[in-house]
Amino acid sequence: MFETVSGVPVDPVYGSGPLPGEYPFTRGLHPDGYRSRLWTMRMFAGFGTAEDTNARFKELLAAGSTGLSTAFDMPTLMGRDSDSPWALGEVGRAGVAVDTLADMEDLFAGIDLGAVSTSMTINGPAAILLAMYIAVAEGNGVARADLAGTIQNDILKEYQAQKEYIYPPRPSMRIVTDVVRFTTAEMPKWHAISISGYHIREAGSTAAQELAFTLANGFAYVEAALAAGENIDDFGRRLSFFFNSHVDFFEEIGKFRAARRIWARWMKERYGATDERAMMCRFHTQTAGVSLTAQQPEVNIARVATQALAAVLGGTQSLHTDSYDEALALPSDTAARIALRTQQVLAHETGVTNVVDPLGGSPFVEWMTDEMERRAEAVFAHLDELGDGSMLEGVYAGIDDGYFVGEIADAAYRFEREVNANRRIIVGVNDFTDGNDDADPGLLRIDQTTEEYQRKRLDAVKTDRNQAEVEAALARVTADAVDSTTNLMPSIIEAVKVYATEEEIAMALESVFGTHVETAIV
Amino acid sequence: MLAKLGLDGHDRGIKVVARMLRDAGMEVIYLGLRQSTDSIVAAAEQEDADAIGLSMHNAGHLTLGPAMLAALDDAGLDIPVVIGGIVPEPDVAVLTRAGVAAVLGPGASAEEVVATVRRVVGRR
Amino acid sequence: MTEPLTTEHLIARSIGGDRRATGRLLSLVERGGPEADRIAELTHAGADAGRVVGITGAPGSGKSTMVAALVAAFTDAGDRPAVLAVDPSSPLTGGAILGDRVRMAAVDSTAFIRSVATRGHAGGLALSIPGAVRVLGSAGYTPIVIETVGVGQVEVDVTAAADTTVVVVTPGMGDAVQANKAGLLEVADVFVVNKADRPGADDTRRDLELMLELGHVTGQEDLGHRPPIVMTNSLDGTGIEAVRRAIIAHGDHLRSSGRLVERHRRRARLELATRAGLQFDHRVRQALDSPAMRAAIDDLAAGRLSPGSAMRVLAPLVDPTAR
Repeated sequence: MFETVSGVPVDPVYGSGPLPGEYPFTRGLHPDGYRSRLWTMRMFAGFGTAEDTNARFKELLAAGSTGLSTAFDMPTLMGRDSDSPWALGEVGRAGVAVDTLADMEDLFAGIDLGAVSTSMTINGPAAILLAMYIAVAEGNGVARADLAGTIQNDILKEYQAQKEYIYPPRPSMRIVTDVVRFTTAEMPKWHAISISGYHIREAGSTAAQELAFTLANGFAYVEAALAAGENIDDFGRRLSFFFNSHVDFFEEIGKFRAARRIWARWMKERYGATDERAMMCRFHTQTAGVSLTAQQPEVNIARVATQALAAVLGGTQSLHTDSYDEALALPSDTAARIALRTQQVLAHETGVTNVVDPLGGSPFVEWMTDEMERRAEAVFAHLDELGDGSMLEGVYAGIDDGYFVGEIADAAYRFEREVNANRRIIVGVNDFTDGNDDADPGLLRIDQTTEEYQRKRLDAVKTDRNQAEVEAALARVTADAVDSTTNLMPSIIEAVKVYATEEEIAMALESVFGTHVETAIV
Repeated sequence: MLAKLGLDGHDRGIKVVARMLRDAGMEVIYLGLRQSTDSIVAAAEQEDADAIGLSMHNAGHLTLGPAMLAALDDAGLDIPVVIGGIVPEPDVAVLTRAGVAAVLGPGASAEEVVATVRRVVGRR
Repeated sequence: MTEPLTTEHLIARSIGGDRRATGRLLSLVERGGPEADRIAELTHAGADAGRVVGITGAPGSGKSTMVAALVAAFTDAGDRPAVLAVDPSSPLTGGAILGDRVRMAAVDSTAFIRSVATRGHAGGLALSIPGAVRVLGSAGYTPIVIETVGVGQVEVDVTAAADTTVVVVTPGMGDAVQANKAGLLEVADVFVVNKADRPGADDTRRDLELMLELGHVTGQEDLGHRPPIVMTNSLDGTGIEAVRRAIIAHGDHLRSSGRLVERHRRRARLELATRAGLQFDHRVRQALDSPAMRAAIDDLAAGRLSPGSAMRVLAPLVDPTAR
């Protein structure tokens, strides 16, 4: 029974026209929205050593969670081992450190990988970490076909915004495509790419740019997969998106609604999808980390709540809510719990889950949705022209020429100037600053000994392994990299199984693919 | 001279700071991402830098800040270092004691950023 | 704290390979004034031994990446190159963001790279660039690559300071035509079509050839040298070695044909003209601020005085021998 807190019964949906669950899905992917299934409350976690994070995972599972979401530390994200000079000061700090299969075994020790779904936020070295995950599962007797989860594997936005790339765009795209083809063939429950606007927005873009750049990247992946001979209805169903939910409430809702409509239209009309599931823009949402203030951090709870509400009214499939202390440090247990409780309040107390797309039909919300779409289409037209009719080439050209980074830097600076001129008020920053001198809440401190511990552990693994096997496996990775018709996944899986390190494999690929230096647009 | 030291790729803040300083009439040399202490020292020598600004968002400041100071010291360079980014209050004191000239936290205004750079450069 | 070093010490250290001293000298030269003159005194002899290469091209031509690759090629060949990377200053605030080092990250650490802001008036650059070239030349760097962005007076000043000028264009967007309009065809000694893997590269090459043909017919300056057109892709290194060879070949041509002397003479003339012009400018400004001129300016503004009469008041103030 769905009724208000006062006992007024409500219908699942109001209004006419294409309803939720109907193409082009502006109003939502499913006819009964959150009535039959709430969004997934997926909280991102990872810090310190694999054992530390494993303990956190087990707590989350014991509390009833069925999905894990892994944050890796910066060296792991960049394909570097914990003993690399580049890793200095960053081992285990912003996520968990993984150097070899041994760390991955510890990370998932005692967890039935056939029963959980795991999301791994990694891009440049995505193929290597996926290979490790498969190797852990197979070592425990779980077939790769039974593994469920998502690997971010969205390299394009790295060049545009997050900057965690290793190789130049074109060879990186081959790795992405190899992962897509491998999972499509062998891992039916796995999502091969999570096309992410989150980082584009965090880097300073506007809502319309986030929408446009993200979907353009999506089109680029589709074109790359089509060029590799994949069937659009097969892999189209396995693509998912990841958006930011920022401070401007209705703009965000318009953005989410426009994303579904644009994706459905392009998949159907431009790329010829026939299966509706391949036209559906499924997305995860995270509240805007960049909107959190270090001043009066508790106020962030209110920001996160309104951003989360926008994501829910926009119809997200899953949601991560930021912790109020994240402008100061990694989340403390208390702060992370409050963030999760915020979602539970929305889901169970507010009644917003009773009606699908409750804002649909509002003249303002419909106009904002159309406006977001118009602005995105203008960007698509520009990229299409840059690429001479190919969105893939257009995105490459935009990366090479600094189009994306320039647009994002301009938008970020415009925002900053508005705040500086007090044309835009941020509570606690340029107004309402009483209370700014209050003591900070208790913050999580990362153990400074992690780095030392992790290096010793890596040394031990290197001593124990069969060096000849490692060298042979790495030589095969290099050979497969040279031959662009060979899928890289099998040789990478073999290499991780003989305990080649992440960096060794990444460098074997780099010896063929080279490195990337950003276009200097400041 | 502004740089990202280490692997951290968060460059929104440093790019905004570059523009703030330019708009205050300064010449800003931007070194970009993935710099090492050695590459920053080499650039500082060649550019005759008046101040070095590092942006850090990955909790590496307690290791990387002192490493930068030590590298400058080894090269015999006396150039003030300003760190910007997410640095918890207790760490600010640690860094300042270690010899970092100033720390700019999240939400620092353009005026604060410019005044801080002027102050540390003027002190030379 | 160490004692501040004298200019002589700095120069001795710079010649001995101390990069910090070289960096400091470049700052002093940039600042101008008597200190810069003193440095010029001490570095002018023999500073022309090195090759000076100007590289220019529109923003987005991939020029910085190409310069980085080219510098690496010179280093590999045993040279000790230096780069002066010129970027524009903001006309409003005088500030600048100098980002060329980002692209130079991969360059061997034996190369010396210095970022230079145009600092508003192009005349300043015309003075400081020759001074910087002297400092780098006396420190033993060769070639000295001067990289500039865009078109206009800055390019003219920079190409005047170079022995060999390389103009970088990219396929499409009418780059070749733009280069022609900007007068870069006359100053180019070597053309580079960068991003040659992109569509339209051959068209751009043909455009350039056609324009050169016309220039040849209508009597381009140096008939002994037809600027070569080199196709490059600086991302994978294609053509970079060919650019290096073209630069060397042009330098050899300048030497063997005696044109190098002529270029140096032209450069000297320009430097003197700039200095004189700046000095003259300064005197005019001073004169305009004098009480007599303030009154004359008021009269001119109110229509009580003609411009010619006002000039007759000004001239003796600027130059007492003038009548």
